[in-house]
Amino acid sequence: MNARNQTDFLPLAGMLEVAGAGVQVPGRSLLQAASVQFIAGQVTAVLGPNGAGKSTLMSLLTGQRQSSHGHVRLAGKALSAHAPDELARLRACVAQETQVAFEFTVREVVELGRYPHRRKPSLNEADVVQQAMQATAVEHLQHRVLNTLSGGEKARVHLARALAQVWAPSQDQAARWLLLDEPTAALDLQHQHRMLQLVRAWASAQGVGVVAVLHDLNLALRYSDRCVVLRDGQVVGSGATADVLTPACIQEVWGVVAHPVLAQGGAVGTRQYLFEAPVQAA
Amino acid sequence: MKIVQHGDHRRLPAALVLGAGVLLLALSFVAGSARGAYAISPLQLWNVLLDMLGGSAQPTPEHLVFMNIRLPRLLLGVAAGAALGMSGALMQGLFRNPLADPGLIGVSSGAALAAGMTIVLGSLWFPDMPRTLGSWTLVAAAFAGSLLVTMLVYVLSQQDGVTRVGMMLLAGVAINALAGAGLGYLTFLATDEQLRNIQFWLLGSLGGARWSAVALVCSVVAVAVGAGLALAKPLNAIALGEAQAALLGVPVERIKRFAVLLTALAVGAVTATTGIIGFIGLVAPHCVRLVAGPDHRTVLPGSALLGAALVLAADSVARTMVKPAELPLGVLTAFVGVPFFLLLLRHFRSRL
Repeated sequence: MNARNQTDFLPLAGMLEVAGAGVQVPGRSLLQAASVQFIAGQVTAVLGPNGAGKSTLMSLLTGQRQSSHGHVRLAGKALSAHAPDELARLRACVAQETQVAFEFTVREVVELGRYPHRRKPSLNEADVVQQAMQATAVEHLQHRVLNTLSGGEKARVHLARALAQVWAPSQDQAARWLLLDEPTAALDLQHQHRMLQLVRAWASAQGVGVVAVLHDLNLALRYSDRCVVLRDGQVVGSGATADVLTPACIQEVWGVVAHPVLAQGGAVGTRQYLFEAPVQAA
Repeated sequence: MKIVQHGDHRRLPAALVLGAGVLLLALSFVAGSARGAYAISPLQLWNVLLDMLGGSAQPTPEHLVFMNIRLPRLLLGVAAGAALGMSGALMQGLFRNPLADPGLIGVSSGAALAAGMTIVLGSLWFPDMPRTLGSWTLVAAAFAGSLLVTMLVYVLSQQDGVTRVGMMLLAGVAINALAGAGLGYLTFLATDEQLRNIQFWLLGSLGGARWSAVALVCSVVAVAVGAGLALAKPLNAIALGEAQAALLGVPVERIKRFAVLLTALAVGAVTATTGIIGFIGLVAPHCVRLVAGPDHRTVLPGSALLGAALVLAADSVARTMVKPAELPLGVLTAFVGVPFFLLLLRHFRSRL
């Protein structure tokens, strides 16, 4: 495991960067001196056991939390130096859980993703909303009240909202970002793959930077270009996913034995793992 | 009535709802103009209005009654209902809680405590005040009281430079209880006559409408309602939670401060002149949401219109049911508002 990834030469414009950033709360440190670079056009998986600091890292990237030391930079500029309005047009976030007050319909919630564009709307706002709903297969639910949907359907609605938020490139062609905290947690098997295929396609076709917290290492291996592995608030590995997620790494970080198997079908050659149940503590 | 079945819910289009709101307000305004201790027939009302527009003021009795008594009263009713209705919608949107109402942040209890103190202790502690401020004494004290108590609740909810709405809710409940206890102590001290004054003040009335006060309250409320409408889109985003709204670029802190300020000014000004008019702030936004859905671009103006219509309707009944005496308005707002609310609830929420 190499704690520092080799810095590829890339223009700063396409970079979301955490440099020596730490987060302390009274009595404990949630994240220590983390340095990670996220690259636009790639899917980066944020991995690690429960309580490893994944959500803390995400909250630094979204700007919801300030680091106690170190820096978070977007396109070479401190994240906090970007105007909130401008930032909202560049990056969209989906939280682990979003509780929506009142009986807003699916369509109304997806429309809220267009809020940052209210002063300079695109030529056809309704189309953007419609297509975003199509992309996550929630179009048929558009007149339903969000709070009557299942957890997985809600997750897809919030992803559609995020897609609508960063639907088209900005005028200065600045890189767009999707920051997703456990986007697949509530989804069924098929939709887990569909969602990651979708954001994967956005990354490669549109150059969008995707950062996603994932728990399923096989999904990470299949759909992410790079990954960051956290344990106890420290970055213990980062780089190309297939390089980082070795059986040794999995054994060390998760305490689970992993046997590599080769996936059949479409993604031949992608390494997948079969996991052994951990030995129960006596 | 044509109702669009939208998946889970039947909703009417926003334009139709707002149109109905305007119509309802116009109807209750006309009804309120005509009815009262001195009945003015629709024809007489028409003549008075024509005279007014023509600039030739005929000193007929109906003209005098309408211009000096009824019109200021109606305008005060419109201002009161609009302020309460819209502030209720602002507070429910801000707290993301359909049980919130303007009173929650201390506007009403502050006004009530200050009014009670003026009634009971005013003549004792400040014997000169009625002479300098005249009939404005109670109004000024109540307005100051509502602003001070709201400010206290707001300050108590500050933490690390951020307004915690959960904290504001609890601080509001606590401070309201404290103000209630203070008022309770005042009623203990009060003479029978003072007690009766307090009681009537607490039940609200548009009876104190004088042109000078009405002009002032109407201007404050007009500005507040106009400014409040600008909060519609940010409040929609805040329905996703403050954190998500901030990620959409909503200046959440500024919106919170602004909503509290507008509510304090509008409801404070109204309550200081009319006493406490309950129920409108809670129920008007609910009615609009039931019929039109939760989009604040409809809920805010709709609640203002419906609030105004409900207050006028309640006041017409208050003035005529036991004429020439008057029932307290606070009693009637519930009598008029509750059936209306329940009717909508049954009609638009068949799924409950």
